[in-house]
Amino acid sequence: MGLTQLAFYVFAAVAVGSGVLVILARNPVHSVLWLILAFFSSAGLMVLLGAEFIAMLLVIVYVGAVAVLFLFVVMMLDVDFAELKRGLADYLPVGALVGLVLLVELSLVLGHWALAGAAPESREAVFAIEEGVANTPALGAILYDKYLYMFQAAGLILLVAMIGAIVLTLRHRPNVKRQDVLTQIYRGRDVELKDVEPGQGV
Amino acid sequence: MDELLREYLPIIIFLGLAVALGLVFLVAAWVLAVRRPDAEKISAYECGFNAFDDARMKFDVRFYLVSILFIIFDLEIAFLFPWAAAFGGLSDVAFWSMMVFLGVLTVGFAYEWKKGALEWE
Repeated sequence: MGLTQLAFYVFAAVAVGSGVLVILARNPVHSVLWLILAFFSSAGLMVLLGAEFIAMLLVIVYVGAVAVLFLFVVMMLDVDFAELKRGLADYLPVGALVGLVLLVELSLVLGHWALAGAAPESREAVFAIEEGVANTPALGAILYDKYLYMFQAAGLILLVAMIGAIVLTLRHRPNVKRQDVLTQIYRGRDVELKDVEPGQGV
Repeated sequence: MDELLREYLPIIIFLGLAVALGLVFLVAAWVLAVRRPDAEKISAYECGFNAFDDARMKFDVRFYLVSILFIIFDLEIAFLFPWAAAFGGLSDVAFWSMMVFLGVLTVGFAYEWKKGALEWE
């Protein structure tokens, strides 16, 4: 067994194991930490597939940003541990349903890829990277004109997310005195110093 | 393909070392350290008082806003990477599509600046 196979089995086992621990861990903060480990090992699997860019994106975006945001949400919610510890049985049917749907979807993909009559053609049709071209430039060569609409749609979704987050969460408190640098700079010499006797006021 | 994986060999070695070292510390603390806990030793210490309250409390939602905005610009950077890496061979359409993308996000940036979302009161 080569090092590649060994690495695959280690990463896959760690990913599955930490995925299980995400839902079994008692403390939600620990769950998020297990989730981060799952993201890391999926990044390892992506590297083994040759998808370097996706692997690095997993680390940068999911580990660096999304998981930290989850941790934030978990800490921000007023977590009641006693409340959290019960209720596994209540959520089990819904969770099982979601898992079943995912399983069906994955097996549809597998069937289309390996078993269906048209499978050889669909495998042929995959856009293969030429020898000697690195992963990221190969992605850049097709993303911005061949998939132009999806790329622009991604930009618009980001804009909507930005505006949505601001509209939902931004509340200006009244009567907050902020520093206004421009006003300070343009202030004339109309300010005078007064010597105030103690206990009298201006 | 194997060429690519060979470049990642040092990372695998580092990863193995990091995991091994972490385990060594944990196991050593478990095996070697003297542990004689009692109720006073492991209770929370708050300047001589008993702890008033639980340490968890609600954060200001403002922190969440800052991190959401961070994620959005993080993703914008993620889209910029392949564009920059393939820059030499890009078509005009690809170049201008990125400019439009950046323009759209700049509109968002101007909006959040004007709304004062970047200011901390």
